[in-house]
Amino acid sequence: MSEKLGSPILNISVFAAFVLVTLVVVFRVSRNNRTASDYYAAGRSFTGPQNGVAIAGDYLSAASFLGIAGAIAVNGYDGFLYSIGFLVAWLVALLLVAELMRNTGKFTMGDVLSFRMRQRPVRAAAATSTLVVSLFYLLAQMAGAGALIALLLQIPNSNTVGQGVVIAVVGALMITYVLVGGMKGTTWVQIIKAGLLLVGAATMVTWVLGRHAFDFSELLGEAVEKNPSMTTATGAVKELGEKLLIPGLQYGASDLAKIDFLSLALALVLGTAGLPHILMRFYTVPNAQEARRSVVWAIWLIGIFYLFSLVLGYGAAALVPGGAQRIATAPGGSNSAAPLLAYQLGGEFLLGVISAVAFATILAVVAGLTITASASFAHDVYANLIKRGAASPDAEVRVARRTAVLVGVVAVAAGILARNQNVAFLVALAFAVAASANLPTILYSLFWKRFNTMGALCSIYGGLGISVVLIVLSPAVSGSPTAMVPSLDFAVFPLANPGLVSIPASFLLGAIGTLLGRKDEAADARHAEMEVRALTGAGSEKATGLKKPTPMPKIQV
Amino acid sequence: MRDEQTLHEWVQASPEFAELRSRLRRFVFPMSAAFMLWYLGYVLVASYAPRVMAIPVLGYINVGIVVGLLQFVSTFVITGVYVRYAGARLDPVADSIRTRMEGH
Repeated sequence: MSEKLGSPILNISVFAAFVLVTLVVVFRVSRNNRTASDYYAAGRSFTGPQNGVAIAGDYLSAASFLGIAGAIAVNGYDGFLYSIGFLVAWLVALLLVAELMRNTGKFTMGDVLSFRMRQRPVRAAAATSTLVVSLFYLLAQMAGAGALIALLLQIPNSNTVGQGVVIAVVGALMITYVLVGGMKGTTWVQIIKAGLLLVGAATMVTWVLGRHAFDFSELLGEAVEKNPSMTTATGAVKELGEKLLIPGLQYGASDLAKIDFLSLALALVLGTAGLPHILMRFYTVPNAQEARRSVVWAIWLIGIFYLFSLVLGYGAAALVPGGAQRIATAPGGSNSAAPLLAYQLGGEFLLGVISAVAFATILAVVAGLTITASASFAHDVYANLIKRGAASPDAEVRVARRTAVLVGVVAVAAGILARNQNVAFLVALAFAVAASANLPTILYSLFWKRFNTMGALCSIYGGLGISVVLIVLSPAVSGSPTAMVPSLDFAVFPLANPGLVSIPASFLLGAIGTLLGRKDEAADARHAEMEVRALTGAGSEKATGLKKPTPMPKIQV
Repeated sequence: MRDEQTLHEWVQASPEFAELRSRLRRFVFPMSAAFMLWYLGYVLVASYAPRVMAIPVLGYINVGIVVGLLQFVSTFVITGVYVRYAGARLDPVADSIRTRMEGH
């Protein structure tokens, strides 16, 4: 470790305070967790604003918090471009997905996709895709934990045991939150974390702008002047300066890089509304109007946070001594931009707060992913596939809890094994799979009457298969010095992100499958039920504590 | 001709429901197409015409920063417009259909 930064004891203390507060909250709110609806959907009792804050907490992962500020500090405008895709994506969720999903489903994405199809095959497909996306996302979060530990606790990457112990402690805490608190406790952890994150970022932004007389142009000017050029890891000198303010530093090197960025942009904008752990959050509110309010709150908070990131990124380039060069070569790489800036501004204490927020972020996002993966396994696979819908809710929740422990153990093991691996492409893969396998299927099943079981299976498995295969054959996995397996070269597909190919392919496969497949049994009646329910909320799942509506009677006309 | 319809099929065929569906689709489809074109157009210009983005506007603030911030503004505006539209044109119809169905 080349440099000492802040005090690990202080960093740990602030984080320990966060853990203590959230544990108390989780124990308090979860005393009346009884039913499956409590465990998976927090009894559908959160308000729109509460859920909106929780969504922001879920969505602003360590990649968003540390990654975007770092990308702007080192690559300038291209990092900003990245954050815009993450924000605009929410309009897909707001306009096309959130309310209709909330009205149609119960706990999982599989509920909606299988509503008017043959249950077993479509649920199996939806669960497969949910588990793949959640596990890849989880792995990326846990691998990022290693870099954070190196930076914030000053445990070097060579100290496998030390980092392993910290990852195991984070994993054990996360399992505790999920087991004790279920969705309600997890949601409160997200809310507290989002609050801390936004307040911490706002403090730093005010501080950075205050140093420049609240003149954003002056801040940009200082970032430009302090960073004329930098030497990359390969020894090449990269010109920065005014180039920090225009697109192209990261993605503009070649025509291929430009197409790769287009592919990534498409996956970002269409992937968000297909991420299972985001979709599941819509079930924690009592009705579609509250789901809409959740997304509105989430859009505002996430948008404001990305505006903060813009200031923090350029602020780090301007104010951290050594600028972009030092940030890029610090332990943790460009992820260190926000922590280095915090140290520069507020010394050890602010660094301690920001470090604690970063750990809280990993903890909260991993908890959200774990509950989603365990819910999909227990609800879609165990209750509906294995028990054919005859499982008691108690047994279902028991299976969900056991799955959560298993997922937690896998996450810890993977986190330790994947430390320091280049797994950044896993987040891109999670978004690409969500955009390819999930979103086309969701849109077809909500808006296309003729869509059927064969179409759903083709778009889910087709999108999933194509995106995973293309990633394996991409330069992210082999054939380049930064690849996961640099010693081999089977990279026949040139793009790091498969979205540009796999998303249109999945839409196409869904349409072809539908035209080739047979009409499902009682398709018209099921479509009528789904559409009326989706648009009006009639028959949708109610908050617990309210009386369940009686089933609709058949009437003669 | 079928002589047996479910309640849902009967509601689905009603003019009131057709109006609700049409109001929803008339808003969300064009709006989705519009923001996707605006976003993808921006990404394309940023990738293939970065010089346009470099044109200075005020001090160090250039066209790229302004257009990027406009993406934020348009996202916030579309959100606000949709909330107003849904509150005024969608929710009352949906509520009226649902109330009658659940009171059945």
